[in-house]
Amino acid sequence: MEKTKKRTGPVLFSEYTPGSGIKKTLEIGREKVLYDIRNSGLKGRGGAGFPTSTKWMLTAASVGDKKFIVCNADEGEPGTFKDRVLLLEYPELVFDGMVIGGITIGAKEGFLYLRGEYEYMLKPLEDYLDIMRQDNLLGKKILGSKYDFDITIRLGSGAYVCGEETALIESLEGYRGEPRNRPPFPVNTGYLGHPTLVNNVETLASVPHIITKGGDWFRQYGTDKSTGSKLFSVSGDCDKPGIYELPWGTTVNELLTIVGAQNTKAVQIGGASGICVPRSQFNRKLGYEDAATGGSVIIFNESRSMIHVLKNFMEFFVEESCGQCTPCRIGNTKLLEGVERIEKGEFTFAYLNTLKDLGNTMKVASKCGLGQTSPNSFLAIVDNFRNEFFHTNGNGGQK
Amino acid sequence: MTVKTSSRVPVSQQAFVVDRPDDISAIGGTVSVQINEKKISVPLGTTILEACKHEQIHIPTLCHHPDLCIAGTCRICVVEVEGMKTLQASCSFPITAPIKIHTSTPMVRKARRHIIDLLLSEHCGECYSCARNGKCELQSLAEEYGVDGYTFGHTNAPRYEVDKSSASVIRDMNKCILCRRCVRTCIDLQEVGALEALNRGYETKIGTFFDKPLADVICINCGQCINRCPTAALKANDPSDEIWRAIDDPRKHVVIQTAPSPRAAIGEEFGQLAGISYTGELNTALKRIGFDKVFDTNFTADLTIMEEGTELLNRLKKALVNKEEVKLPQFTSCSPGWVKFIEHFYPEYIDYLSTAKSPQQMFGAVIKSFYAQEAGIDPADIITVALMPCSAKKFECNRPEMNSTGFKDVDFGLTTREMASMIKEAGIHLPEMPKSGFDDPFGEASGAGLIFGATGGVMEAALRTVYELVTGREVPFEKLRIEPCRGFEGIKQASVKLEGCTADYKWLEGVDLNFVVAHGTANAKKVMEMLRNGELNNVHFVEIMACPGGCIGGGGQPIPTSEEIRKLRAKAIYEEEENLPIRKSHDNIHVKYLYEKFLTEGPCGKLSHKLLHTHYTKRGRFIS
Repeated sequence: MEKTKKRTGPVLFSEYTPGSGIKKTLEIGREKVLYDIRNSGLKGRGGAGFPTSTKWMLTAASVGDKKFIVCNADEGEPGTFKDRVLLLEYPELVFDGMVIGGITIGAKEGFLYLRGEYEYMLKPLEDYLDIMRQDNLLGKKILGSKYDFDITIRLGSGAYVCGEETALIESLEGYRGEPRNRPPFPVNTGYLGHPTLVNNVETLASVPHIITKGGDWFRQYGTDKSTGSKLFSVSGDCDKPGIYELPWGTTVNELLTIVGAQNTKAVQIGGASGICVPRSQFNRKLGYEDAATGGSVIIFNESRSMIHVLKNFMEFFVEESCGQCTPCRIGNTKLLEGVERIEKGEFTFAYLNTLKDLGNTMKVASKCGLGQTSPNSFLAIVDNFRNEFFHTNGNGGQK
Repeated sequence: MTVKTSSRVPVSQQAFVVDRPDDISAIGGTVSVQINEKKISVPLGTTILEACKHEQIHIPTLCHHPDLCIAGTCRICVVEVEGMKTLQASCSFPITAPIKIHTSTPMVRKARRHIIDLLLSEHCGECYSCARNGKCELQSLAEEYGVDGYTFGHTNAPRYEVDKSSASVIRDMNKCILCRRCVRTCIDLQEVGALEALNRGYETKIGTFFDKPLADVICINCGQCINRCPTAALKANDPSDEIWRAIDDPRKHVVIQTAPSPRAAIGEEFGQLAGISYTGELNTALKRIGFDKVFDTNFTADLTIMEEGTELLNRLKKALVNKEEVKLPQFTSCSPGWVKFIEHFYPEYIDYLSTAKSPQQMFGAVIKSFYAQEAGIDPADIITVALMPCSAKKFECNRPEMNSTGFKDVDFGLTTREMASMIKEAGIHLPEMPKSGFDDPFGEASGAGLIFGATGGVMEAALRTVYELVTGREVPFEKLRIEPCRGFEGIKQASVKLEGCTADYKWLEGVDLNFVVAHGTANAKKVMEMLRNGELNNVHFVEIMACPGGCIGGGGQPIPTSEEIRKLRAKAIYEEEENLPIRKSHDNIHVKYLYEKFLTEGPCGKLSHKLLHTHYTKRGRFIS
């Protein structure tokens, strides 16, 4: 695969020789790999931030005649496009990470669950897997070791919720992509009931670097609680949108300067399900301990109506809720209706407070992360941009 | 820990059932848990819901059903677990570590109230114009949580057209709250798969293959989905208005036959405990409503045994003596849900079905021929109603081939629930009625017909007759209780040795009569796969009932249902049976009389074939 341009960055975009992580894994053994991952402090890059080593250790320790590793490439969060870049330009990182994971947890089979809209990548990715097979980085007895491992690519069908790991597994199994009850967790009971490790593309892409360069090297970037670097997919009102690799701990202000954003009113961090940060909070740090994100950063300048922004997000959730649980399926509809009322200037603060209450219920009572995070932007925008509610439709706002 | 569901269930929805011995401390693997202020110890893997039930703490549920696998979708049962950021659905949370649970905190109460409010906002229409008024789970939850208004609005504008295409099941998605019990019933419990969730998000709805009308898909009309629907989104196709019209029409002679299962369950509709039969009271009530004659379906159950038993012996003779190619084992055909199931899923095996009509249809045919003749009434003026525990019977009586007398055998199939409404509408409180008997010329039937209601009953009744016919002696079981036929195990397999056969049946001497009994179409599917794999080569007779528990768990029976309730109903039937003077179909004097006077060629004779036997349709999977 031709690299369109050479990217630079401290961790992910640093030098890496394809296959070297796998070689090193075979040299140092599984325990050392787990130690290195733990030492690195790597956390899930999909957004939830679950410690990767814990997941790996739990899957490695699970008893099962078969185990699976799944790379979650269902990159569906609005405003995120980092996985696309990794898969197109750095497939060696992602696939080597999967092989290392497979060897470490004892899986013989891995799946790349590729977002349906990324179908155009299927051919180049399959080609790359063939090259790996030729180089004996995949297949039987990898590099002459006792380990067998191979990767299959499966296409999603366009459901946002399939980014949720249990919904992804349901989809892999051929069912409707709907989240499962947790517990049991995939590390014990995943694909076809077998222990399954599901990691984000970026998480797996970090692994070969950690194995070849060490956990301590990885830790030197970022903060205590958010080690390493992060790919940010920056879009919206700025001069230089695109992918940026920045260490965790970078403040919103610093990021805005780097990407050349002016007159910024608000930044949506973490996509539609993330948080909306107003100007007064631009000194917040990007990291799991403060403003956590799976990578999406959407910038809005003074010309944007936050009500439109919110309406857009809520329409997204009304459509993308899997429709299984009550709080998410109907709750998001009610929040959207609320936004439409605000837009028309037909709202009361009493009803707005009722909806905020509902939002808080959705956060705790929904079945999966989708419903639990979908009211975030509603709650943030209703609190932080209340002044805009009086200027809708030019009719003077509240009646 | 055992898994209680079919292999088709996604792991997420499998119900892990923990065996709970009486003394839980006797085994290891328990975990201590604190519920509100109380500390208890439960077997590892017990769900929070089960643990709370054990402690008499009521947790509201909607999507949960004791017969079905876990869903965890409605979220009404959420509780707080200390240390967890979000609330947990108690129905799906297995306790595997010592945790502290709070079942009634402000957050929990608010969440539950919100969920009810949200469901009500989309639940179209008003309670007083609803078939489930007073019997709706959503309604009672609203009451329980003090709902006195629509916080998030309410709609009276239907979003979906009501699907009235099916003769048996009516679907009104406007009242659906998407708990998906019907989907789990159809896919996992019955393994039919006519219903599934369609679309996503707010557009989610329960639908059929390509959203076709229910009548045009592989629905077998078993109505198990109706029994598990918490609202009126699913209901049976109710013919009671037409029945009232017939009763009110002086020119019409309206007769009703009552099956044993509704009699064992109808009390539940009048607030009585499950497990009491109201046969005598029902006879009186039906007469007071205005039915001209009240007959006992057990009469034709006895007739079915004579026909089906003879058919079996004929098949056996062909196979064993004449060495002819003949389809064995013979499958029972009394359950119309099962018949449609085999027509859809195993059409290549329909010749294995007994050609005998079900007791309901036989009765219709006998009424419009023999009875009409004896009573001197034009069959055109007779309306036959069948009180059945079953929604598929509505479809069965409308099958085009069921008119061998030139008239529709049975005009209307009525469910237990609909009968109860008619009785209430007539101002009658059933349990207070004096008892009375059935009308002649069919009078009281044998107990063999009565036990048709429970799974294994047909087999037991058939064995009592076939054994005695062949050997001249009673079946060698204490008090005629053929225990291998009884009980709620999914598939039962056993045999009875035929010894000391009479001269006519010397060819059966020493033969082990092997039989299989299954209930619920998921088990039927297993049996059919066994047949396909050649594992039933030595089996002679198979009884299959489409509904879990047999007819007592039918799709027309009172709601709610659970294995506990079904067992109580079965117990009522078996107890009633033991007290009957005649307990073998061939001893039924009215049946003997019928063969003497009318079906003079005997069972499986020419007239029998015309009136009491039928044929089946190869439907396949993709046509109706």
